[in-house]
Amino acid sequence: MSTPTDVESPFLPVAATPTDRRRLPRSSPRLSRDTVSLIGIGVFAVLMLLVAPAVLSDFRLNNLGKYACWAMVAVGIGLAWGRGGMLVLGQGVYFALGAYAMAMHLTLETAGPDAIPVFMILYDPLAPLPGFWEPFRSGAFTLLAVVGAPVLLAGTLGYAIFKRRVKGAYFAILSQALAVALAYLIGGTIKLTGGDTGLSDFKYFFGYDLSDPINKRMIYSITAGLLVLCLLVVWQLYRSRFGELLVATRDAEERVRFLGHDPANIKLVAYVTAAVMASIGGALFVPIAGIISPKEIGAAASIFLIAGAAFGGRATLFGPVLGALLLGYGRSSLSEQWENGWIYVLALMFILVTLLAPEGVASIPRRAAGLLGSLRRPTESRPPRNTAAKETKS
Amino acid sequence: MRNHTTIRRRAFAAASVLVFTLTTAACGGAKATDDDDKPAAKPAESCVDVSGDTVKLGFVNSLTGAMAISEKTVSSVLGMAAEEINASGGIMGKKIEPVQEDGATDWPTFAEKTEKLLTDDCVAAVFGGWTSSSRKAMKPVVEKHNGLLFYPVQYEGLEASKNIYYTGATTNQQILPAMEFLKAEGVKTLFLAGSDYVFPRTANAIIKLYAAELGIEIVGEEYVPLDKDDWTTQVSKIVKAKPDFIFNTINGSSNVGFVKAYTDAGLKAETTPIISVSIAEEEAPNMGASVEGQYAAWNYFQSVESPANEKFIKDWVAYDGPSDVTSDPMEAAYISLYLYKAMVEKAGSFDVDKINEAADGVSFDAPEGKVVIDGENHHISKPGLIGKINADNQFDVVWSSDAPIEPDPFLKGYDWFPESTRDALVKAAG
Repeated sequence: MSTPTDVESPFLPVAATPTDRRRLPRSSPRLSRDTVSLIGIGVFAVLMLLVAPAVLSDFRLNNLGKYACWAMVAVGIGLAWGRGGMLVLGQGVYFALGAYAMAMHLTLETAGPDAIPVFMILYDPLAPLPGFWEPFRSGAFTLLAVVGAPVLLAGTLGYAIFKRRVKGAYFAILSQALAVALAYLIGGTIKLTGGDTGLSDFKYFFGYDLSDPINKRMIYSITAGLLVLCLLVVWQLYRSRFGELLVATRDAEERVRFLGHDPANIKLVAYVTAAVMASIGGALFVPIAGIISPKEIGAAASIFLIAGAAFGGRATLFGPVLGALLLGYGRSSLSEQWENGWIYVLALMFILVTLLAPEGVASIPRRAAGLLGSLRRPTESRPPRNTAAKETKS
Repeated sequence: MRNHTTIRRRAFAAASVLVFTLTTAACGGAKATDDDDKPAAKPAESCVDVSGDTVKLGFVNSLTGAMAISEKTVSSVLGMAAEEINASGGIMGKKIEPVQEDGATDWPTFAEKTEKLLTDDCVAAVFGGWTSSSRKAMKPVVEKHNGLLFYPVQYEGLEASKNIYYTGATTNQQILPAMEFLKAEGVKTLFLAGSDYVFPRTANAIIKLYAAELGIEIVGEEYVPLDKDDWTTQVSKIVKAKPDFIFNTINGSSNVGFVKAYTDAGLKAETTPIISVSIAEEEAPNMGASVEGQYAAWNYFQSVESPANEKFIKDWVAYDGPSDVTSDPMEAAYISLYLYKAMVEKAGSFDVDKINEAADGVSFDAPEGKVVIDGENHHISKPGLIGKINADNQFDVVWSSDAPIEPDPFLKGYDWFPESTRDALVKAAG
């Protein structure tokens, strides 16, 4: 807590962030912060799109694709929670919208034209295809639904919630309850949705054979490309006036209202954007993992998603992505190492990060630099600005 | 200000174009190869290496999560079988090197771990899974990589994959015999209680068809999610329906909640007995209330008398496992490794296609009796048994099929099963 916090810190009040300070070059030879971030995104894009496919085996690349889907959700969480202060504990709902839309389409594509999915035959051989499945025969409709459904749901819900000024713990409980309810609804309607067993055994992805490793690599590339695109979108949002209004709303909603803005609209945009990202992540998770079940969307899964953002650093640009990728990788590799105790090791890592670097993994380099600096110049270790920030926080 | 915005927009646009180009560049190869035709891709070349003096085998069981309580035992007994086989010379002279993975009671994790075992560890075969959901998650993976999976638990049938061997019972070896037993007991009305997932739902669909044939009336059907323990509401419906018997397809710890609600409602084994297909020696003492006098249908009980079973029990008690009782899924897992050994040695190879060619007729003197592999549907013959739970939570056999029952996963020998459904399922199975 001793490092001089940057303007991005969630704990600083809006008054401490003069709008134009960031845009001015701090010291002339150095690059602006935005440019550094953009270069960072470029490096990340090269790593994900060129380096990873070149060095990883089919299996590991497919796993990375899965983590990238979670990372997409985490980017949205970073926007809504890290910058917007909305504790979105139920992003599994939007992940589910995209995932089930895609899974229904792939199930029907595998079954073939006019055929009904195998699992439905199992429970009731003569039942017709439920009406809400029918449009998902169309690939175009499915893609539209992946984007449109979260916009509709998050838009309606968000409008109702934010206009009524529901926030804080109430909002968190509401969003979590929604995820739990949806997981139960899907689990309890086995004849319509595949229930707890979920939907699996997809053979084709928009005409591409899923058993061909080249096609799996293509799906990976699409996922990685979309993840980078999500990063670019939040990068652009964070540096825009909207990004500043969002942080202002997080830190002092009433002041933003007095200034003539409607905080509800600002939050709504962030919430809907986060929902769309989660839905796209869910849609791509399906062909990559080859299965979707309510376990992947319920309370535990939603918390896993938000844990990624917290682990990496929710308010930073790269934190949520890195956190989700690390957590996903940790889940796979730790369980390969200690198949009995991996869950404790993962939890321990999480506790350590929360204790030692509460702003997440992404803040560790900055903290380390700050620590080194304070060792070198012990008298300057506690700049007065930070003390002020701490007071406002508590 | 305007100038600034323009530059920012340009930067964003340029970056977006760059990402798009990178993505399409990375995708390029896929589209080109897929242009000419769309036939099924050839499965990747197997990376299994048996040139040394060991052979790697993968075990995937839930060691964490709700199913851990059951699946840890399967993992242990697989380890015991591997040690036994190694002590007596291994498979074709090669020592088994087990690689254990945790399925974590999470279906996508089962798929991921199976793929890891097949492509990263390059195991010659995978053993494990418990719930049908986990098997359904692993099935596409073993089929894609032309691997082998040995699945050790009784299940709902209506499935056959050239990449899976089913060493537990299919419906005509467990559930249909149970129905015949009920008919012989003079049961007129039956209540179905199950967990809400693919096995109980499918099993009950079959039970309803067979009950109509046998003249048994189904007076109710209730489901509760696998991870929920509260059966109070559903049991009150049982009390109202007054069935002669309850057919229980509940799985896992949810059984505890069911037995509690059953006992609290004043139901008794003498008047409203239960016949279960998922309560075995391990579960019976842990039901929280006495289940003495209740029935279960299985293909193996610890009480089965055979020299092979005596040895199995003795070895298991001596082995450092999580319990000292033996049960049907454990036994099915134990024999799966021995059957694999016999198949490999008959084929003279670890190659999956050669093993499949050699599989038909391979047999093993199992604790349940001699079992034989059906090379066509990859199931094994098994004796059908009904046991009644005694005061020691062991099962006294009260009914048994005279001979081992041949596996019939698609119920071809039963004309009450709708032809159209069978055709659709066989077609989907490929």
